[in-house]
Amino acid sequence: MSKSNGVAKSISVKDLNVYYGEFLAVHDVSIDIAPRSVTAFIGPSGCGKSTLLRTLNRMHEVLPGAHVTGEVLVDGDDLYGAGVDPVTVRRQIGMVFQRPNPFPTMSIKENVLAGVRLNNRRISRSAADELVERSLRGANLWNEVKDRLDKPGQGLSGGQQQRLCIARAIAVEPQVLLMDEPCSALDPISTLAVEDLINELKDSYTVVIVTHNMQQAARVSDMTAFFNIAGSGKPGKLIEYAQTTTIFNNPAQKSTEDYVSGRFG
Amino acid sequence: MTAATEAFRHPAVRNRLTTRQLPKRAGLYTLIGAFILAAAVQGLTGFNWFALLALTCVFYLPAIYLLSRVKENRRKALDRLIRSLVTVAFLLALAPLISTLWTVVSKGLGILNWEFISTSGGAARINPDTLELVSSSGALQAIVGTLQITGLATLFSVPIGLLTAIYLVEYAQPAFWLRRTVNFLVDVMTGIPSIVAGLFAFSLFTLLLGPKAFSGLSAAVALSVLMIPTVVRSCEEMLRLVPADLREASYALGVTKYVTIVRIVIPTAIAGIATGVTLAIARVIGETAPIFMAASFTDSFNANPLSGPMQTLPVMAYTGYKFPGQNIDLSNSQAWGAALLLVLLVIVLNLVARIIAMIFAPKTSR
Repeated sequence: MSKSNGVAKSISVKDLNVYYGEFLAVHDVSIDIAPRSVTAFIGPSGCGKSTLLRTLNRMHEVLPGAHVTGEVLVDGDDLYGAGVDPVTVRRQIGMVFQRPNPFPTMSIKENVLAGVRLNNRRISRSAADELVERSLRGANLWNEVKDRLDKPGQGLSGGQQQRLCIARAIAVEPQVLLMDEPCSALDPISTLAVEDLINELKDSYTVVIVTHNMQQAARVSDMTAFFNIAGSGKPGKLIEYAQTTTIFNNPAQKSTEDYVSGRFG
Repeated sequence: MTAATEAFRHPAVRNRLTTRQLPKRAGLYTLIGAFILAAAVQGLTGFNWFALLALTCVFYLPAIYLLSRVKENRRKALDRLIRSLVTVAFLLALAPLISTLWTVVSKGLGILNWEFISTSGGAARINPDTLELVSSSGALQAIVGTLQITGLATLFSVPIGLLTAIYLVEYAQPAFWLRRTVNFLVDVMTGIPSIVAGLFAFSLFTLLLGPKAFSGLSAAVALSVLMIPTVVRSCEEMLRLVPADLREASYALGVTKYVTIVRIVIPTAIAGIATGVTLAIARVIGETAPIFMAASFTDSFNANPLSGPMQTLPVMAYTGYKFPGQNIDLSNSQAWGAALLLVLLVIVLNLVARIIAMIFAPKTSR
């Protein structure tokens, strides 16, 4: 990365419970995430890892009735303190989703600039061009699209669209980047491109990634958190959080070992 | 060499996958046969287009079924029968449409010329040169009235309808009482007979302005009562079609809800919204009863929607037949001319809707 604002932040989750209405989805999670690192959340479907990820930039509030108890501190500031505006939070903590979702009415260039333009920040033409190039280079997409920046974003392939979404997310220069299964809709080659990108993003951002692919977690992450669920209808819990090498080679918990070695059940 | 490889090399002499089939054009020949038979029966009983086609169907349906039943199998016979029935149903549905169009065009085309479009009707005048009574046949007052009243109605309904739809889709919680109330009222409004809307506008303006308060504005209010529920429903549907992904993507960039709706959701749905609005206009532009009550009718030109009776094309078609002037034939052909103009206007509106949808459709080409 040629430039970043250089303020990747740490995240500290304390005693977090996440509810959907009355239903307790995630129970009592405490986790510390270091700045400029990649942390992977792994675990079976429905164990609450995506839900937890979404609470890190208050995206869960999009669903009516979702609420949390506990604290999420980003460099010491509580995301859930009184008077915190979720919009401000999301400007600093970006997110990439499972399915590529470029804005269909916008060109590639407009998609990258969407975060800036939609937030009504004024930006000169040259600064905009520079930001587009920097973000697309940051997302390893520049060489593929530099000749068709004015073409619609939805004309790209799935993998390119996902990298466009990453470019869009990093164009607003967030301090933390959350990725919710960013490769699950991509082919292996696009997956490789996104994984390479995550390795580069680590230099400037704090990255948290949810993945179902354990090889991917092993490849890209420094730390891994394993979540599990006691049964359907029960809340998800954090089972083990450690260095990725520890989780995959020498986990402390039996259920972690069963899961990462494929003997889950 | 095993039997299997043998089979690969030398296909069976007779393909065992085939079944018996009617010749390729059997259906067409049967149809022609049925037609000739029907014509022959007509020759005995007297000719009538409708009876000819009906008889053709009556002969064709059992004939093709039996033929196929004997020569092919039961499934195919049933398939041919049902396929023919579906086609007949389609033609039946098409018949009144084509017949209406044909009648309107054939009767209205005679009077449709530049003078009809560009002059307004009015009281008969005396031609100073020949001292004869001349009545003008123009429809300008009705064209202007139609465009003004429908335009005003659109101006009232689209903001109200679109904002209501945005409230229902983006803001209201599913079980919130206001949302359920609005939903219920929109449903009720959809079913309001148009004459009731006319009565509503008429009595509203009579209460406000005193008796004989006919005006284009009043008619526009009546039409908006009919238009708003249609606009709400079509906008609501279109907004719901916008994937939640896009809203989330926007929120995740730190964009506020209001900006997300205005800059992401509405542009994505604009093609559908524009089509829905245009179709709603096309729907109310042909309303007669409410305009007749609220704006009355007139032969003289009135381009001020705020006061005085206004003419519209559907009302002109109605009054031309119901209350003909001195020259009854002229009044009747004026009515047909107005009807034809109305049909043309609706066709143009539908084309406009398609063009708008094409222009605004999300870009996906590479």
